[in-house]
Amino acid sequence: MSIIKTRDLVRDFKRTRAVDHLTLAVEPGEAVGYIGANGAGKSTTIKMLTGILKPTSGTVRTCGIDPMRDRIGVARRVGVVFGQRSQLWWDLPLRESFGILAAIHRLEPSAATARTDRLVEQLEMGPQLGTPVRSLSLGQRMRAEIAAALLHTPELLILDEPTIGLDVLSKQRLREFLVEERRERGTTLLLTTHDMGDIERLCDRVLVVDHGRLAFDGTLPGLAATVGAQRIVVLDLAEPSPDLTDVPSTTLVESESGGLRQRLAFDAEATTAAAVLAHVSARHAVRDLTIEEPDIEDVVRRIYAASGRG
Amino acid sequence: MAPCACPRPCLVKTFWLLVRAGFRRHSTYRLALLAGMTTNSVFGIIRAYLLLAALASAGAAIGGYDASTAVAFVWWGQALLGTVNLWGFSEVKDRVRTGDIAVDFLRPLDPQLAYLAGDLGRAGINLIGRGLPAILLGALLFDFAWPPSGLSWAAGAVSVVLAVVVAFAGNFVINLLAFWLVEIRGITLLWMITGGLLCGLYLPVPWFPDWLRTIATWSPFPSMLQQPIDILAGRVVGAGIATSLAIQLFWVTALLALGQVVLRAGRRRLEVQGG
Repeated sequence: MSIIKTRDLVRDFKRTRAVDHLTLAVEPGEAVGYIGANGAGKSTTIKMLTGILKPTSGTVRTCGIDPMRDRIGVARRVGVVFGQRSQLWWDLPLRESFGILAAIHRLEPSAATARTDRLVEQLEMGPQLGTPVRSLSLGQRMRAEIAAALLHTPELLILDEPTIGLDVLSKQRLREFLVEERRERGTTLLLTTHDMGDIERLCDRVLVVDHGRLAFDGTLPGLAATVGAQRIVVLDLAEPSPDLTDVPSTTLVESESGGLRQRLAFDAEATTAAAVLAHVSARHAVRDLTIEEPDIEDVVRRIYAASGRG
Repeated sequence: MAPCACPRPCLVKTFWLLVRAGFRRHSTYRLALLAGMTTNSVFGIIRAYLLLAALASAGAAIGGYDASTAVAFVWWGQALLGTVNLWGFSEVKDRVRTGDIAVDFLRPLDPQLAYLAGDLGRAGINLIGRGLPAILLGALLFDFAWPPSGLSWAAGAVSVVLAVVVAFAGNFVINLLAFWLVEIRGITLLWMITGGLLCGLYLPVPWFPDWLRTIATWSPFPSMLQQPIDILAGRVVGAGIATSLAIQLFWVTALLALGQVVLRAGRRRLEVQGG
């Protein structure tokens, strides 16, 4: 049975249709990135999945439950983090929030302690347990939010922009934790993000939503292939060199400083970064090399352009 | 980690943990408690002298209050001022406005129950940190009528809890109006002024002119202050205690039920109009 299932889901606001005949299914254990521009309908979908928002028409089943009929039933089986909202008690030490949430979810005390200890250990939050939530850094707070959402061991974890505003290291730790948590428990993950890194590290499936419609459903490489998003290899050469226009399966994007730095776009299907490097280094001394991945905005823009919108 | 099979004891435990959390949250603001206690005491002294002067010029008990019960009226009032949330709170209103109320709906627990528990905790720390010191000071400085019997003490304690719940339940409804109104400051102010007068904070309700007393009697406000004070000051005894508690119980039930109705309507509005 699908853990998330929507059929012909529609949600209208006063003047706009936020979600437009959305039909999708997520199976248990999947990790799904749900991406789209601001206002594309991502948050609206999540609100309908969790029973905060009533669909205009169509059906939603979360863990097999109609969220409009049994909000509490859904709440027991789903963990949600809205990056912009907090579920912790602002002026209490972090430890207390976990205690209260365990009580709200009616966990057995021994099980609650074991689960809390495990999450605290995995997320390295031990030193912050005595700190009031209001004094935590953003990265610490976000880890605490995710621990709070996972305390009752939900089958489905929904994260709405969990890495927004985090520094590189905090993002890294959060992603590593989520990978580990999923490996251990097989928790299903639905994630909205603007960060391609989140998708790459965490998700095996991507849904792109555009004006409330599903514009793409498939794997990340599949997405890149569909929109023809190219990777870019940036080569720093030892000496100023003529433009590298003759490398097979690449196109020169840019050449700086008289050819000291050159950017070549290539299609991952046609060639590899290693082949490009081999070709170039046979002719020029290469000092450094970096690869730029297609960024999420770019991918989404291309999808939108392809569907004649945006 | 299955939810345990006994919903009742666990719900009680959840409630109790939330009460404790409310207690701790508010106990972190020690300076505010101290300031509140000082203000309550200063006003207590002024009000006690005013009432004693009124009684002296009348030359006899007024509305069942003699000098020592009038002093008890003043000091219990000052003591319960912080315990019973007469002036209201804005947490729920703020959460409705920012949309954070959605987080409350994502929990397997009724938000009204959760906020009530938190408010009882807040009342507890205010009673201990602010109320009891004020009472001790009042008893030290004035000829103070202690509750006349063990029954008065016990019934008074129950009545204080009911008063806290009535005030909470009323304020909860006012807060929820934020679902429909952009700004509820005017309504809050009206509630504060009306409530402050009709609950018997400034003058005992029995001293009101007939028409105003009638209005007060039919409002929930005396249940928030006048009634527990009357039991504790010994002005209401015997069968009067039962009646008084029954009236409070009525308002507890009515206002909590109203809160449920409004909360549901608010949730439906959120569901329909968007967060």
